[in-house]
Amino acid sequence: MVTMNSSEKAQKACQQGPSRDTTKSTKDDKDKKDKDTMIANLPPSVQALMSTIPSPEESPNYLVYKKMEAIIEKMQDETTGVPVRTVKSFMTKIPSVFTGSDLVSWLSRHLSLEESWESLHLAHLLAAHGYLFPIDDHCLTVRNDNTYYRFQTPYFWPSNQWEPENTDYAVYLCKRTMQNKARLELADYEAESLARLQKMFSRKWEFIFMQAEAQSKVDKKRDKLERKVLDSQERAFWDVHRPMPGCVNTTEMDPKKLSRINAIKAKRLRQCQELILQHNLKNNPIVTITNAQESEEAIQKNIEKNNESSIKENGETSQTQPETIEVEKTIEQQIEAAKRQLSVLKARMERRNVRVSKVAEMFISYCEQYSEYDAFLTPPEWPNPWISDTTELWDQEKQCKEPLPLRRVRRWSFGLRELLRDPPGREHFAKFLSKEFSGENLKFWLAVQELKALPIRRVSSRAKEIWKEFFAAEAPSPVNIDAASRELTRTKVESGTADRYCFDQAQAHVYHLMKSDSYSRYLRSEMYKDYLNGSKKKTSVKGIRSIVSFTGRKETSAN
Amino acid sequence: MAADTAVAASPEETLESLLREAEALKQKLEEERQKLNDVTLSCVAERLEPITFPNLKLRRVLKGHQAKVLCSDWSPDKRHIVSSSQDGKVIIWDAFTATKELTISMPSTWVMACAYAPSGNMVAAGGLDNKVTVFPLGGAGEDEPAARKRTVATHTSYMSACLFPNTDRQILTGGGDGTCALWDVESGQLLQSFQAHAADVMALDLAPTDMGDTFVSGGCDRAVLVWDMRSGHAVQAFDTHLSDVNSVRYHPSGDSLASGSDDSCCRLFDLRADREVARYGKDSVIFGVNSVEWSVSGRLLFAGYSDYTACAWDALRAARVCVLCGHEHRVARVQLAPDGTALATASWDATLRVWA
Repeated sequence: MVTMNSSEKAQKACQQGPSRDTTKSTKDDKDKKDKDTMIANLPPSVQALMSTIPSPEESPNYLVYKKMEAIIEKMQDETTGVPVRTVKSFMTKIPSVFTGSDLVSWLSRHLSLEESWESLHLAHLLAAHGYLFPIDDHCLTVRNDNTYYRFQTPYFWPSNQWEPENTDYAVYLCKRTMQNKARLELADYEAESLARLQKMFSRKWEFIFMQAEAQSKVDKKRDKLERKVLDSQERAFWDVHRPMPGCVNTTEMDPKKLSRINAIKAKRLRQCQELILQHNLKNNPIVTITNAQESEEAIQKNIEKNNESSIKENGETSQTQPETIEVEKTIEQQIEAAKRQLSVLKARMERRNVRVSKVAEMFISYCEQYSEYDAFLTPPEWPNPWISDTTELWDQEKQCKEPLPLRRVRRWSFGLRELLRDPPGREHFAKFLSKEFSGENLKFWLAVQELKALPIRRVSSRAKEIWKEFFAAEAPSPVNIDAASRELTRTKVESGTADRYCFDQAQAHVYHLMKSDSYSRYLRSEMYKDYLNGSKKKTSVKGIRSIVSFTGRKETSAN
Repeated sequence: MAADTAVAASPEETLESLLREAEALKQKLEEERQKLNDVTLSCVAERLEPITFPNLKLRRVLKGHQAKVLCSDWSPDKRHIVSSSQDGKVIIWDAFTATKELTISMPSTWVMACAYAPSGNMVAAGGLDNKVTVFPLGGAGEDEPAARKRTVATHTSYMSACLFPNTDRQILTGGGDGTCALWDVESGQLLQSFQAHAADVMALDLAPTDMGDTFVSGGCDRAVLVWDMRSGHAVQAFDTHLSDVNSVRYHPSGDSLASGSDDSCCRLFDLRADREVARYGKDSVIFGVNSVEWSVSGRLLFAGYSDYTACAWDALRAARVCVLCGHEHRVARVQLAPDGTALATASWDATLRVWA
C-alpha cells in the first residue's frame, strides 16, 4: 500500500502547482516585478509611504488563519498528527485521506476539549475555511464518522489572500466540462454559474475556453493518484471562494474592518500620487509650468512637501510600533501628541488606586447582592416571559400595584442611584424629603438631570429658570451650596451661553449632600421601614408561589 | 535653564526626549500597578460556593433579514428589538411574538449600527453612509417613519456605533474617522467631539452611574478609553488588548468594564484599580470576540464570537459556563434585555435569536 505523507504531497502540489495557477502565478510574478521596479524609481518619501499601505496581514481574518494553520501543522505531524492513509476500495485507490472520527478525536486530545461537540465544531470551522475538506462533497463540513477528508495544500490556504476573479472561476468550471469523469461532473449550482459566467464573458469566452483547454491538457499528463488529489484540492479551493448556496463564505470580512482597510489604502494611494506628482514637477519643471505664478506656487509647495517628507522618513525610522497613522503627522504634531501622552501618564501616576484584592471583594459582594435580581441566577417573582410565554411579569411591573414586591423595595437600600432610578422609589424619597423640609435638593438634582437631556435650543433659557427657582435672591425653593460654587454657577448662567453642565458643580455638591445625609436618614426612617414591611406581608404569600414555580422550572430544565 | 535647552534642541531631539520620558514613566507606572496587583480575581473567587449556572435555551428566532445582521438594540419596553443589516434594512421586531412590525429601508446598504431611544419612540441607524439618521416611530398619523426621518450626525468615515445617552434629544456616535461625537438630535448640531483614538472607533457604552456623564469607547488602536462627556477628554485608558477592540460594556456597578477583541479574548478592566483584573479566554477559542454583555448581577459575562457561537463566562472565576450554539455564521452582537430576563444575539446568518 502506498502511503504518501500529506505534507510531502502538499509540497509537491505547491511546486508544480495545478495548471490554472502556473499561469496565474507567472502573471503575478510579472506584476510584482513591474511593481518593484516602479517602486524603486520612486522618490524615497513615496517608498516610505507605500510601505505603510496596510498589507492583507492586517486583516482580522488573517489572525484567525494563522491560529488555524498552527493547528493544521500539528495535525500533519508524521508521528503525532492525524493518521493519513491511502485507502483501497474495490478497483480504485483513494490517496491521502483520513476519517472524520480520527480528526475529531485528534482535536479533542490535542486541544484538551472536554466536549465532543466542541471538537466537531472546530473541525467544521477548519473545513469551512478550506484547511481540510470532505473528498466528495461541496459542502465543507465535518462529520464524526468514517467519511474521508483530505488536507488542503498550503498553496491554497486562505492566508495567501486569494481574491480569485470570475474569469478564473469560469476557466475552472469550463475545464471541468472537458473531462468526462464522474467525479469532475458539475453540480447543478456550478452549471448555473457556468451559464451565467458564459453570458457575462460572452465576448472573451473563446479566450477562457482556450485557457481551460490548455490547463486540461496539463492535468491529463499527471499521475492518476496525484491528479485525484490535485483535482479535489482545486475543487475545495473553489468551494471556499465560491461556496455552494447555503454554505458560509468564510473569506468575507467584517464590513467595518473592510471599510477601514479600504479607507487606509485609498488615502495612502492618494498621498503617493500627490508625492509622485510633486516629484515629477521637481524633476522636469519645464513640462508642467504653464504660467509663472503657478510654477512659483508649485515650487513653494515642493519645498514644503520635501520638508515634510524628510520628516516623515524620520518618523518612520523612530517608529517601533506598526502604528500607520503616526507617519502622516508633522513633527510638531508628534511632539504635541507625546506631550499629551506624557500628561496622561503623569495623571495616571498620581491617581490613587485600589488594590486588586479589595476590588475582587467588591466584585464578589456586588454579585452576591444582585444575584437575587439576576433572572439567569434567581427566577423572577413571576415566570420569565420568554420561558413561560406569559407577560405576567411585565404586566405586574407596569401596573406598579402597592405594595410593591419586597425585592424591589429592598433594592432601594443598595444605593441612592437605585432609589432614584425606580420611579416609585424616587416618589417615596421625595415625600420623605418634603416631610423633612429638604425637598428642594432632590427637585434641583432632577431639574439639572432634565436640563442635560434637553435639546440644545432650550438649554440656556431653562438654565435661567433653574437659577431663578433654586438660587436667586427670592428663589421659591432655595438650595444651599458653598459661595464659590454659587458664584461660578452664576457667571455661567448669566453669561447667556449657559451649557448643559453649568450646574455641574452645584449638582455634584447637592448629590453628595443627599447621599451622605438625607438618604441614610431615609433608610433608617420609619417611613421606609413601614413601606418595606408592607411589601414583606404581601411577599409572604407571593413567596410560596415563586418557590413553586422555581421547583417547577427545575424539573423542566432537568428533562 | 531647562527651558533654554529645550528651545535650543531640534524638534527631533525634543520628540525623542519626550518619548524617552514617556517610556520611563510607563515602566514606572507598570511597577506601581504591579505592587497593587496582590492577588487575582479568580483566586479570590475560589472561595465562592459553586452555583448552578443557567442552561440558556433558544426561545425565539427572528427571521426576516436578507443579509448579515450587523447590530441590534433592545427597546426599553423589554420586548421590542431594532436590528440593522448589510442589505440596508432596519427592522423593528416584536421579539416576544417573533414578528416583524416595521421595515425601514435605508438609503445606503451596510447599516452597521442602530439604537433604540430611551422613550421607545425613536430609532437611530447608520453605517457606510457616514451618518446617523433618526426615525420617529408611531404617532403622527402613522406616517411612514422613513418619510419623517432626519439626519443628525455626520462623520468623515463610516459610523460604527451609536447610542442615546439617557435622552431622546442627544446621540453619541463613534466612527471610522477615529472620533466619538455627541450630537443634538433636534438641530443636528455637534455638541462635543472626542478625539484621542489613533484608529477607527468600533464600540461605545454609556456609564450606568448616577449622573451618566462618562462613557467608554474601544477601537482599532487596541485601546479602551474612558471619556468625560463634559470636558471631552479621555480620563482613563486601557491598552492590553493585542488586536482591535470590537466591543466594550460597563459592569452594571459602573466601576469596571469588559471588552472583547479580535485577539479572541475578553478582558475586565477595573476603573478603581486602573488595570486589567481578569482575562476570559481559552486555547481552543481562536476566533475574535465581536460583542460582550453583562448579566444583571455582573456574575456572567456573555460574549459573541466569529466562530458562530456565543457563550457565558463566570466573570469571577474566569471559567466558561455555558455555550450558545445554533447560529450558522458569526455572532455580531449579544445584548441583555433591559430587565435581564433574556439575551438576544444577532448574527451574520441573517437571524436574531432570543435565549432564556
